[in-house]
Amino acid sequence: MLNWGGVWALFVKEVRRFYSVAVQTIFAPVVATLLYLLVFGQVIDSQLDVFSGLAYSQFLIPGLVMMAILQNAFSNSSSSLIQSKMHGNLTFVLLSPISPLEFYLAFTAAAVVRGLAVGLGILIVGAVGFDLSWQAPQWILLFAVLSAAMMGGLGMLAGIVSDKYDHLAAFQNFIIMPLTFLSGVFYSIKALPDFWQQLSHFNPFFYMVDGFRYGFFEKSDVSIWLSLMVTLLFLVLVSVINLILLNKGVKIRE
Amino acid sequence: MSAVNFCDVRKHYGNLQALKGVSFAVEEGAFFGLLGPNGAGKSTLINAMSGLVVPTSGRIEVMGRDVIQDYRATRRALGLVPQELIADPFFNIRELLLLQSGYFGLKGAVQRAWVDELLERLALTEKADCMTHQLSGGMKRRALIAMALVHQPRVLVLDEPTAGVDVDLRRTLWEFTRELHKKGHTIILTTHYLEEAEALCDRVAIMQKGQIKALDQTSALLSKHAYRYLKVVVPKAFLQAGVALPAALSALLVETEANALIFRVEKSHSLNAVLGQLHQAQVPVEDITSRDATLEEVFITLTAEPVIEEGCHA
Repeated sequence: MLNWGGVWALFVKEVRRFYSVAVQTIFAPVVATLLYLLVFGQVIDSQLDVFSGLAYSQFLIPGLVMMAILQNAFSNSSSSLIQSKMHGNLTFVLLSPISPLEFYLAFTAAAVVRGLAVGLGILIVGAVGFDLSWQAPQWILLFAVLSAAMMGGLGMLAGIVSDKYDHLAAFQNFIIMPLTFLSGVFYSIKALPDFWQQLSHFNPFFYMVDGFRYGFFEKSDVSIWLSLMVTLLFLVLVSVINLILLNKGVKIRE
Repeated sequence: MSAVNFCDVRKHYGNLQALKGVSFAVEEGAFFGLLGPNGAGKSTLINAMSGLVVPTSGRIEVMGRDVIQDYRATRRALGLVPQELIADPFFNIRELLLLQSGYFGLKGAVQRAWVDELLERLALTEKADCMTHQLSGGMKRRALIAMALVHQPRVLVLDEPTAGVDVDLRRTLWEFTRELHKKGHTIILTTHYLEEAEALCDRVAIMQKGQIKALDQTSALLSKHAYRYLKVVVPKAFLQAGVALPAALSALLVETEANALIFRVEKSHSLNAVLGQLHQAQVPVEDITSRDATLEEVFITLTAEPVIEEGCHA
């Protein structure tokens, strides 16, 4: 039986942790993403036709929202975990009767909340300033939550295997950042040369962005069901790896 | 019933054997001292007991439950005050105590009252709203003790709680742990201050190089020591003159203080004989006191001897 009280306490702690530095964890990413929107959306709005009948800004906003969700969900669990390891205060959790599954659930749920908070901030500004459509909101919500959970789990994985901030920065800058930038946030992969188009299909973040965008105007580069399957597959994969590592205590319990 | 039972516990870090088959039991209600030089394996052993370290092999039980198989029950039964002064940069002391309570599924008015009581008992009430990094070392240590007690564990483990702590706080911590012991908590203490273990612990284990060197009642351990110490107070001028002692006395002399000579005399050896030798050597004796060995002297003697093997207390 799960220790739901413990899960809730750890979840609340993780949410309060990022909320206590909200300028850095929520407002800064919202502003940074809006700058992308300002530069790319406003300046080249009339010069690009990505999907027929859609302004570039309409195409761009869902992609930017998903990029922010992915990066911030990852940041939340990875930075919290490495900070707790470096400061030693992870010990408090390790001494408690919280199981590996409960630990994973609490950390991932907090990462989802942060990802959604940042995504919502961008979406609100985007909806006010641009003409967004909301054709299938259930897909928007589903992809936002599943993708944030997957990235929260991936962040936890990076936090577990990293011994210092440098390792985490390498993970973030050389894996997460390129994969999110090359996931079709700024373009439709159909606009790419054939080789790069094929390569994009091996990027799991592409399916998350594409599925999320489908929710806005029911147009996507690949089938929504394929995107859902890939997202779920990676969520399960990341979860299983995390649970194996946490159960073994790899780099957490000596 | 044993509060804690170690059975052939081994821990390897690559080629380094931190624990080499440690077996002993700590009875419920005991005030137990775990002593040993740096690197003896004390912290590894108590971290294995509390789940921070996974033993390579062997079994550890807390209140009759296996710490691996039944970790929820054993972690509820155990409170650990870690050696390092851990801080959390995001929360104040009261928030940390309430969060820690939450991890154990404890909340509500009763738990809040217990947290308030802990803050008061450890003189932390005024600092309850301070962040941990704003606290002195002593205050951080008290906060860690409070953290270990939020779930009212039956076994409390203190890993060098008085290291780097001033005399006043050390006394306060002694009184507090004594009180917890009187209330029925089993206390396990690791310390470098041997007079602390001597004053507090009713039973002591001495570890060296990952093994148990000695394990007994503190009083038995002290009385087993084959020597007594004789302090002979003499005029300073006598010592400054550098008068040579006869060979028989020189062999017993272990220390020279500013105005005293300390002799280590076997308990089987007659004190009269020593007094006679002092008289013959015309040592101007002003005062004489005799005492048994301190735990520190026992510790030094034992850690110089080869290691013994212990059976399992399963």
